[in-house]
Amino acid sequence: MIFEKVRDIIVEQLGVDPEEVTLDSKFIDDLGADSLDIVELIMALEEEFDMEIPDEDAEKISTVGDVVEYIKAHSKE
Amino acid sequence: MELEGRTALVTGASRGIGRAIAIYLAELGAQVAVNYSSSEQRAIEVVEAIKEKGGRAIAVKADVSNPQEVEAMFEKVLNEFGDLHILVNNAGITRDALLIRMKQEDWDAVLDTNLKGVYNCSKAAAKIMIKKRRGKIINISSVVGVAGNAGQSNYAAAKAGVIGFSKAIARELAPRNIQVNVVAPGFIKTDMTAALPESIRQEMLKQIPLGRYGDPMDVAYVVGFLASDKSQYITGQVIHVDGGMIM
Ligand SMILES: NC(=O)c1ccc[n+]([C@@H]2O[C@H](COP(=O)([O-])OP(=O)(O)OC[C@H]3O[C@@H](n4cnc5c(N)ncnc54)[C@H](OP(=O)(O)O)[C@@H]3O)[C@@H](O)[C@H]2O)c1
Repeated sequence: MIFEKVRDIIVEQLGVDPEEVTLDSKFIDDLGADSLDIVELIMALEEEFDMEIPDEDAEKISTVGDVVEYIKAHSKE
Repeated sequence: MELEGRTALVTGASRGIGRAIAIYLAELGAQVAVNYSSSEQRAIEVVEAIKEKGGRAIAVKADVSNPQEVEAMFEKVLNEFGDLHILVNNAGITRDALLIRMKQEDWDAVLDTNLKGVYNCSKAAAKIMIKKRRGKIINISSVVGVAGNAGQSNYAAAKAGVIGFSKAIARELAPRNIQVNVVAPGFIKTDMTAALPESIRQEMLKQIPLGRYGDPMDVAYVVGFLASDKSQYITGQVIHVDGGMIM
């Protein structure tokens, strides 16, 4: 459920195909994101999951799986 | 028309240079949001002037130094026009005094309006433009931000700040096809310069190689170019419109 939501946001923000997005996909190396994409993505996730992701946490995120784990651990839902 | 289908927000467009820019962008075909902070009547007159020539415009009140008011202004512009292609950060004030006589509040007021205001509006605009992968941000600095001027340390700091800020965001936003440029006017005939004593105006005139003051339209033409597709390969630049004061 969380993965699907996250995938939709990634597809929308990065303009990639849904099939390309797996838990192992790396944002920069596999999905072609640049630093501005990552910031936009973080902001979109914050909005979708009604949470704040501090910069020091955001820096540690490198794969889609990292995001899903992070949201599971911190989301209010 | 060059700006057909584009939407623009011009801050401080109720008077002077901003007014000329708003009317000219509308002449080029853009829909224009005319921002003001206190001169409501004057802003409405600008909107009327645009409508008379068949253009589309709205007046939006906001103090650019106030982030909440800026946010509300962008919401209103998006509601009206549905998009934003062009932002012109023109709102500006002076509170002149020699440094040792300058009050903290004069320093703060000028930095808040002239520099923080540019940050507030650029940030709100960038969020929209990044998503659309295109945009034009044009910031109005001053010859004083480049060369300095006795009695204007606050204004010079803010206007130099605008140049550094613009170059930084020009780099940040370049990958998203957003061009950020600065126009640095010299001595332009507006309320701002009308307030100067005659002696200073005469002194200024001697420093202008072209030997005359500028007109708000001299600035507006350059902004029109920087807002159009003709300037797609220009970003992070400072264009001087000052009769040759800076060479
Ligand atoms: N005139 C020159 O020779 C010259 C030279 C170099 C640079 N510039 C720069 O060009 C820009 C325009 O100057 P100007 O000569 O046209 O000035 P102006 O005639 O004094 O007009 C200033 C405009 O800014 C607006 N404004 C002031 N504070 C604001 C705020 N907090 N929020 C929103 N709007 C605000 C005013 O609206 P309200 O009346 O509604 O407050 C007005 O429309 C300024 O950035 C100025 O520094 C001017």
